[in-house]
Amino acid sequence: MRFERREHRPLYLMILTPLLAVVAALALAGILIAIAGAPVLEAYRRILIGAFGSRLSTTETLTRATPLMLTGLAAAVAFRARLWNIGAEGQFYLGAIAVAAFGSNMLAGLPAPILIPLLLVIGAVAGMVLILIPLWLRLRFSVDEVVTSLILNFIAVLFVSMLIDGVLKDPSAFGWPQSQAVVDHAMLPKLIARSRLHIGFVIAIALAVVVYFIQSRTVFGMRSRAAGLNPSGAAFAGVRLGSTLVKVACLSGGLAGLAGAVEVMGVKGYVTTDLSPGFGYAGIVVAMLANLNPLGVVLAAIFTATMFVGADGMSRSLGIPTYIADVTVALSLLTMLIAVFFTQYRIRR
Amino acid sequence: MSALFDIIASAGLWAAVLRIATPLIFGTLGALLCERAGVLNLGIEGIMTFGAMAGWLSVYHGADLWTGLLVAAIAGGVFGLLHSALTVTLGLSQHVSGLGVTLFASSFSYYVFRLVVPVAGTPPTIVPFQPISIPGLSTLPFIGPALFTQTAPTYLAILVALLMAYIIFRTPVGLAIRMTGENPHAAEAQGVNPMKVRYGAVIAGSALMGMGGAFLTLSAFNSFFPTMVQGRGWICIALVVFSSWRPGRALFGALLFAFFDAFQLRLQTAVQGVPYQIFLMTPYVLSIVALAVMSRRARVPQALMQPYRRGER
Repeated sequence: MRFERREHRPLYLMILTPLLAVVAALALAGILIAIAGAPVLEAYRRILIGAFGSRLSTTETLTRATPLMLTGLAAAVAFRARLWNIGAEGQFYLGAIAVAAFGSNMLAGLPAPILIPLLLVIGAVAGMVLILIPLWLRLRFSVDEVVTSLILNFIAVLFVSMLIDGVLKDPSAFGWPQSQAVVDHAMLPKLIARSRLHIGFVIAIALAVVVYFIQSRTVFGMRSRAAGLNPSGAAFAGVRLGSTLVKVACLSGGLAGLAGAVEVMGVKGYVTTDLSPGFGYAGIVVAMLANLNPLGVVLAAIFTATMFVGADGMSRSLGIPTYIADVTVALSLLTMLIAVFFTQYRIRR
Repeated sequence: MSALFDIIASAGLWAAVLRIATPLIFGTLGALLCERAGVLNLGIEGIMTFGAMAGWLSVYHGADLWTGLLVAAIAGGVFGLLHSALTVTLGLSQHVSGLGVTLFASSFSYYVFRLVVPVAGTPPTIVPFQPISIPGLSTLPFIGPALFTQTAPTYLAILVALLMAYIIFRTPVGLAIRMTGENPHAAEAQGVNPMKVRYGAVIAGSALMGMGGAFLTLSAFNSFFPTMVQGRGWICIALVVFSSWRPGRALFGALLFAFFDAFQLRLQTAVQGVPYQIFLMTPYVLSIVALAVMSRRARVPQALMQPYRRGER
């Protein structure tokens, strides 16, 4: 048995691939649900109800999808240039804590129309700063950025923990390590009244469109892609790899930092060390499920959020650990990898 | 200054160094074996988590400690099989496959653990490996209690390091592994099957990773809790680079690293007024520094991360 590269990839395969991968992942997770002794179809029905059964749950799912879209975009733009930014989790936390630092008192006097955009930029810049460390190590010392960006996640969370235990600690939180809250007029406006869904959702979708445009229609998008596909060929064709990678990294880190900023300004208002239930890591899956397509990221993020939000209710009623959501999401990354392989290769005997 | 000296002169510190080093030795050797054959295994963090859980769970259900360690090794090997199937047979990106294995293995560990142990106030415990005093040596002043009253898996880890150095540099199997990592086409021309070598190395290496994780629950602690591996897997990946892909240096690197870790733990209580998070950051900062310092001088296996397909260049 051997694999032969397909000359041409039919469009229907490209569309079917993510669907097949998700179905396969759900089937595999179904086995685990069955082993736990719960009815599988009923479990999935409850996940759907939990995620979309009411106005409240629907807006909750979309609220959860918002940071996932941004971390998913962060991974997608980086991976496309073969820049392995696995540090979105740390960049998320730095974006979040920067917003808490500047939005709680330093810039609090500014009016909302200036303050809100300014804070979003500050969050993005904080994310960029963090990713430039692994990038610098790669360009200067040729250190693989996977491990460095990953390890920086742990450092970033400890750094945030230090700040919310020290200079940024909220004195009114009864000794609880939590940052001071951003001022009320720094909070993002709600999209729908009596829900937590905020304008960040629209910002994330708009950014997905912008990133799609950048990647498919600009010279920079073409260069970043070339840098990923064939670095030496791209260099020969006059693409300056270093500066292209710096731009890609800034875009990627900025999006992840923005995710943290948006989560603080849209939902929580303050920072704790459990602000992110792994948004950075889930973003990797979101990007892969979308096959690194920025518009696909929007759908993949909603799927992932559906699993996370829906699993809560399902877990309560059927006694299945909520970790089944993480398992399903991770499985869909693996099934998607295999599915993409078979769009590129066919089996020959 | 005298506080620092007291810390370094205490046998407790040196005993802790060996204890902290043990999971790192297993993990680093496991990752090293995979990479020597040309496969980067970023599944390590998840595989260690699963090993910690699987080992603990079997002992909790009545198996003896050695069986628990074996179960962890087998479980690790199974994830190694998964990673090989994806990267060796299908030739997928080793980065992405490894991350997928990590995400899956760790969430799967938490799921299985929560199925068996529903949320409780205090986590259930087991009786872990007890320290063994090596007769004669353990009564030596100072180094006796430090080096010769460890638990059995620690002695095993050191043994595995020596054994692996012997296998890699002194046996035909080791030669086949090294050739596959350097140039699979040349290896094949010599009658070695690079696919089989890679499968074997990744499965065996992942089994070691599983054992490294199991050390945490079967010897260092007596219970399992999520996120207990805390980046040790990633640190092992950094240590492989630091060791320049040599088992002897991997052992040394893990010990050096563990020394700094044990030292910062004790410094936390000795030095007041510095946020404890600064101390906790040092192991992670150190591994990044080690990577930067060693990367240039390190001799990377030339075929690392390159998929091998027969007849394709």
